[in-house]
Amino acid sequence: MSGYRLPTGGRVDRAKSVSFSFDGQSYTGLAGDNLASALVANGVTLFGRSFKYHRPRGILGMGSEEPNALVTVDRGPGRTTPNLRAPSVPLHSGLVASSQNRFPSLKFDLGAVNDKLGAFFPAGFYNKTFMWPRSAWEKLYEPAIRQMAGLGDSPTSRDPDHYASTYAHCEVLVVGAGPAGIEAALAAAQSGDRVILVDEQEEIGGGALADPAQWAWLTDARAQLLALSNVQLLERTTAIAHLHQNFVVAVQRLTDHVAPAQAQGAREKLWRIRAARVVLAQGAIERPLVFDGNDVPGVMLASAGRSLALRFGVAPGHAVAVMATHDSGWHDALALAKAGVHIVAIIDVRDDVSSDLLDAAGAAGIAVHLNHAVIGVGGRHAVKSVTIAAAGSSAARTLSCDCLLMAGGWTPTVHLWSHAKGSLRWDADWAAYLPDSIDDNVIAVGGGAGAWNYGSGVAVSNLPSPKPVHQQKAFVDFQNDVKARDIRLAVQEGFRSIEHIKRYTTNGMATDQGKTSNINGLQIASEVLSKPVTAVGLTTFRPPYTPQTFGALMGHHKDALFQPLRRTVIDDWAVANGAVFENVAQWRRARYFPQGSETMDQAVARECLAVRERVGMFDASTLGKIEVVGPDAAEFLNRMYTNPWKSLEPGRCRYGLLLREDGFIVDDGVSARLAPDRFHLTTTTGGAARVLGMMEDYLQTEWSDLDVWLTSTTEQYAVIAVQGPLARAVIAPLVAGIDLSHEAFPHMAVREGTICGVPTRLFRVSFTGELGFEVNVAAEHGLAVWQAIHEAGQAHGIVPYGTETMHVLRAEKGYIIVGQDTDGTLTPDDAGLGWAVGKKKPDFVGKRSLARPDIVGAGRKQLVGLLTKDPQVVLEEGAQIVADPAQPVPMTMLGHVTSSYHSATLGRSIALAMLVDGRAKLGETIYVPMPGGTIAAEVTGMVFLDPKGSRLDA
Amino acid sequence: MLLIHCPYCAEARPEVEFAYGGQAHIARPLDPSALSDADWEQYLYIRNNPRGRHHERWRHAHGCGRFFNAVRDTVTDKFEVTYPAGEAAR
Repeated sequence: MSGYRLPTGGRVDRAKSVSFSFDGQSYTGLAGDNLASALVANGVTLFGRSFKYHRPRGILGMGSEEPNALVTVDRGPGRTTPNLRAPSVPLHSGLVASSQNRFPSLKFDLGAVNDKLGAFFPAGFYNKTFMWPRSAWEKLYEPAIRQMAGLGDSPTSRDPDHYASTYAHCEVLVVGAGPAGIEAALAAAQSGDRVILVDEQEEIGGGALADPAQWAWLTDARAQLLALSNVQLLERTTAIAHLHQNFVVAVQRLTDHVAPAQAQGAREKLWRIRAARVVLAQGAIERPLVFDGNDVPGVMLASAGRSLALRFGVAPGHAVAVMATHDSGWHDALALAKAGVHIVAIIDVRDDVSSDLLDAAGAAGIAVHLNHAVIGVGGRHAVKSVTIAAAGSSAARTLSCDCLLMAGGWTPTVHLWSHAKGSLRWDADWAAYLPDSIDDNVIAVGGGAGAWNYGSGVAVSNLPSPKPVHQQKAFVDFQNDVKARDIRLAVQEGFRSIEHIKRYTTNGMATDQGKTSNINGLQIASEVLSKPVTAVGLTTFRPPYTPQTFGALMGHHKDALFQPLRRTVIDDWAVANGAVFENVAQWRRARYFPQGSETMDQAVARECLAVRERVGMFDASTLGKIEVVGPDAAEFLNRMYTNPWKSLEPGRCRYGLLLREDGFIVDDGVSARLAPDRFHLTTTTGGAARVLGMMEDYLQTEWSDLDVWLTSTTEQYAVIAVQGPLARAVIAPLVAGIDLSHEAFPHMAVREGTICGVPTRLFRVSFTGELGFEVNVAAEHGLAVWQAIHEAGQAHGIVPYGTETMHVLRAEKGYIIVGQDTDGTLTPDDAGLGWAVGKKKPDFVGKRSLARPDIVGAGRKQLVGLLTKDPQVVLEEGAQIVADPAQPVPMTMLGHVTSSYHSATLGRSIALAMLVDGRAKLGETIYVPMPGGTIAAEVTGMVFLDPKGSRLDA
Repeated sequence: MLLIHCPYCAEARPEVEFAYGGQAHIARPLDPSALSDADWEQYLYIRNNPRGRHHERWRHAHGCGRFFNAVRDTVTDKFEVTYPAGEAAR
């Protein structure tokens, strides 16, 4: 059918036709149309299939409240957007849209069998029906239900668009540019305040867009707004959240209204706006009426009919009936009649309607049926007739029509008010909740505040009908297919709280968040519970106001900008030398340096052997570093760490262990005393910021009497570890001012001098078990010193190695990595580090907890070594350990593998593990059950190589 | 996002600059070893969970770096007052 475009009227540009397609068929609309108005103009009434019953659906509303007409718009590969509301899709040339949730086609949909089986799908049906057998849920029921009950499909390829974001500040933010919002913005602008006005539609005006009498004012007001330098007008911008202290988040759509080929720049922009005052002028949404057949395509809100006719110049039907419980339906009917739409009749449940309206209807030649209600709708894919009856009478009559408008009153839009924790009050005249009080500087104006006189009405939860409720297909929530009888059933089954009724029936839980269903659902629940609406409660409105793209929320934070990537000064060299990298606490670290076609295992084995036999070099710049300075520096460290620090001589280093007050290990590292009042601390790579924060906390809030300064120096130093029996020989020619001999510069000592002519803090320390040095130089010299050491090392067969090799080397020596071999529940004793606790110290952070009954008792997990019976089998890190592999599941788990590698030096696998009473099990066999079979291993000590440490003293 | 007034910087700054630090005015015992297990448990783990006024610690982590105390209403999320660490509870 065609010919729905009215000969005159509307804000569309009749000189500019726009071609587009829907479900593969080509249509023509006009510039200024949206997808819904253009399709209705072409005689399309069927827009989609409903969520659960696959019932045919048309449009209900013409704004962002639309629950039925969800479409997918295809703008090219990676640019499909599902679940867009057809009235919110601006029309442009070449628009490609399709309907959703139907197979094989919209008109013939196999899923519609659900509608016939509706009796088997009452509220909560999935909780009741698909309980048995339990195993079938995951494999059978859930996939089947998801297939049947669905929204649109997510795009499968990468989104090529980019998204912008910005911050803005203003004195006054106005949300909603209907007449009230526009007047508020203009008034605020007079005072010179910075004003931002946001509106979600293609053009500002709100309700005035469907009222030609206001167009001259609207044109003038828009021109005024644009002329004011202190007003920022954001069209196509939806305020989605109103958070603390007037922080409002809005999404601006920048390109979706033009054809893809014309789109330039970011697709959307996220605005984070902080406003001294927020004016909410969100308007009100018309309420559907609940009756049998109220979802047949062609049944829509009266406001939608008005918008179609007066804003877009499209008749909602050739013969339109109006079902009203509110005066606004009469105003709309009269306006449509004046615009040339044939109004068949106005039906109203009231028997008392103002004489002005009756006279006007009479003058327009419109039949009026007072004290009547629609009790049925003829037609399946489109309205063919409506059946009406007088209240209490079974005498029905049928009116032929192809459209039925519903005017059930208005629900002020209080979503953003509620986001900001504003309270609401029930208003009996509106039969709706209105804004009441709020802490922040927010006011609500216009229809959203109830400050709008559009006549009066009565609130009717269900239209009277001779048909029993359980036989009616009377929908409350169109998008989630919730019927009036589902809400009654929920109450009968014992649900009392509206929050529970909502979740059981899913009323208001769809992507439209109950914009058209909340109050009707509430009124039905109130009626069945025989409680006033205010005693039933109201569900909570949560952001976002309308669904948004992930792209807008994410903005630039993707790919390289997803999170900061920290690179050491040696990173470029590592790239040039073929390093394979891993990210550690936002640092990019070389993991190993493969040569030729080496695998990781081959490269790591070669690097390990080089360090053990000759010498290797390692970029340790990512180690956390804190300079601790002041007369009380030693006292401070003595209180923080488990170890004694006051006795440490300047020029010496000490392994420090840091606990939380609960007694568990939080960090470790080797630190050096450079002078009586100066320490160079190191922390784990990932723990640097946490340790500094913890130390600042104690220093500022517990021990503010101590005279100590803490400075993060992590990025000020490059650190080059030179490790292996030939380490001294490699650096000796480069170092000046330091006696490198073992006697003058023993293990765990620090010296200051120069290397390659630049100042260095040279540590003699080892995380490999070999003779080793860690060269600290100012970061700007790091690369040059690295290259010089690499050059000098060539004669000694030096090899650069990465973090994977470092892990194997330290595991061979039983050195732990905090966070890998510990999990926040290990004490020093659990980790085999009891020697690092100063027994004579009166106090340190966590000391008291080491005497807790649960920590001194038996049965704790302790770190031990594991050697698999088959030396070539490498255990999986994280694998669970049991004592008896024959025990039926669930087995008693004794712990897990924390570190596990193949050791090239030892020619076999090694592992560290947390094991209940591990040290009492030395020599025993434990088992690690794996999918491929159970692995047996012997419990050993943690040191696999050079237990006496003689290699350190080379 | 909350706006938080740093009593040292004397400015209201967005929440992302701050780090929450738990309940305020819990002094570390001067001699923990003298405490019974029950008292140590109290210090370590037992915290208030009020509906309404809550004394809590914040750190202006991405600003001046200093710790301060605040009274925040847990129902409205509103800050009643912020004040330097070491001052008596408001």
